[in-house]
Amino acid sequence: MTNQHRVHLLHFGTIALLALLFFVLPAYHVGNLARIMVLATYAIGYNFLFGYTGLLSLGHALFFTAGMYGLGLAMTQFGLPSAPALIIGLIAACLVSAVIGFLALRTSGVAFMIVTLMFAQAGYLTILYFGTYTRGDEGFVIQQAKRVMFGIDLSSEVSRYFAALILFSICFLTVARIVQSPFGKTLIAIRENEERARMLGYDTGAHKLKAIIISGTISGFAGAAYALLFGYAGATFATVQYSIFPLLWVLLGGAGTTVGPLIGVIFMFYLIDLSSSITSAYMLIAGVALVLLAMFAPQGLAGTLRKRWFKWMP
Amino acid sequence: MDAMTILSTRNLTKAYGGIRANTDINFDLPKGQIMALIGPNGAGKSTFVGMVSGRITATSGDVFFEGNNISKLPAHKRIARGIAYTFQITSVFTGLPLRENIALAARRKLGSDKAATDIKVAQVLDRVGLTDRADMIAGDLSYGHQRILEIAMGLAQDPRLFILDEPTQGLTELEVENFIKLIKSLAGETTILLIEHNMDVVMKTADQITVLNQGEVLAAGTPAQIRANKAVQAAYLGTTDA
Repeated sequence: MTNQHRVHLLHFGTIALLALLFFVLPAYHVGNLARIMVLATYAIGYNFLFGYTGLLSLGHALFFTAGMYGLGLAMTQFGLPSAPALIIGLIAACLVSAVIGFLALRTSGVAFMIVTLMFAQAGYLTILYFGTYTRGDEGFVIQQAKRVMFGIDLSSEVSRYFAALILFSICFLTVARIVQSPFGKTLIAIRENEERARMLGYDTGAHKLKAIIISGTISGFAGAAYALLFGYAGATFATVQYSIFPLLWVLLGGAGTTVGPLIGVIFMFYLIDLSSSITSAYMLIAGVALVLLAMFAPQGLAGTLRKRWFKWMP
Repeated sequence: MDAMTILSTRNLTKAYGGIRANTDINFDLPKGQIMALIGPNGAGKSTFVGMVSGRITATSGDVFFEGNNISKLPAHKRIARGIAYTFQITSVFTGLPLRENIALAARRKLGSDKAATDIKVAQVLDRVGLTDRADMIAGDLSYGHQRILEIAMGLAQDPRLFILDEPTQGLTELEVENFIKLIKSLAGETTILLIEHNMDVVMKTADQITVLNQGEVLAAGTPAQIRANKAVQAAYLGTTDA
């Protein structure tokens, strides 16, 4: 079995396992897993920029909500059906990430983190400012009757689960393919040593901008899908917390690994779920678990697996 | 500047505030030759090649590559025209396998042609004698091997002008001997601009030598002429015995 076979087995095996879990798991966990797959898609978008290109953004909530409100407002304000609204959500996320990327890439390192954080805060305040349409913090519900695509009711348990799986699979396989392509390998080179990549003749600025646009559009895809599948859009998703979450998920799961985002989201989700069933001070348990993981597996779960045993993991 | 000149600079100057690192450098490099750039520490050698490759922005003056003025081009576009640059301080992708380091260098030109890239990487590995270490992580290589990898990344680009900034720094005697052989084997294939402190390497490889001192060209000529030049002896050769 060549490494390429192993990679395919890992990726298609992950998707097959997720499909299988629907039939095996009790309803409660099936519901959780649908949400996890959407959030993991967000993390995949984040990981593309942070894990593979080496750019640490603290403003990805802006891209997530660009997709979320792009779809949500198109449906509630303009009465568009879900499919064209989804496309508007994707276009919104693509445009916002192109503009923010263009501006933020004038900086690097800590300044890049602060600039992206500030743009995301500006985005959050913009949502509050246009409260007439966005309903601010309270948010708005997308009626169940409207959450239909190609005749399928996306609010039902089955269709929601498999819609989330399709979303996840598209983004998971797309990113897996890109990071193994010459373009993706150049991004990794930029992460490793940008000056060297530039002095090999690569236009690193253009590469980084493309990476932000791809990352932001995937994040927006997840945001739009979240609104569509769970029927709600709110300004909470634009807060700094939702910019930090994908960073945490990716760090825990393994930055710069294809499966890391999914593992990170599952881990974090169930860590909080389980610890909150034990005590009301669940953040304490979660915090200790995170500290231990940071100490003993600094490269994240998948990152450690790759380092120790599976060097072929992309 | 004639058709046989691959690289020229005219009045190339770099000033850091009031301090001039390079002053009005006029330099011509004939195609196919090995040109050594020497001079005491702080003479402005790295600044000069930095301005040629685009890493450092010139304060004034022009750089011509193959007859075209490239002064306004960013570094990556100059590299794409056929200039390869190796760093004075080893700068490889330490987290990636050696093979991928060289593939990255080759791929910019060969694009997504995987077969051509693989062939190129194998050729370069063979040429520098690192084939058996191809799958090691570059950061795990010895210092000397990392220096050689740095050169290999230059070779993989098939440059028309190859700029080497102190390539033998920190190499063992044997590695230096191999380096000299490698450079000589490149004669005719590519033009080389070599910054070097090791006089033995300079005298064994260079067709032409340019001496910089305090940011200005002190002398230029064949190794024999430079050795006989009184001003050079005073400024440089007499004080450092290599």
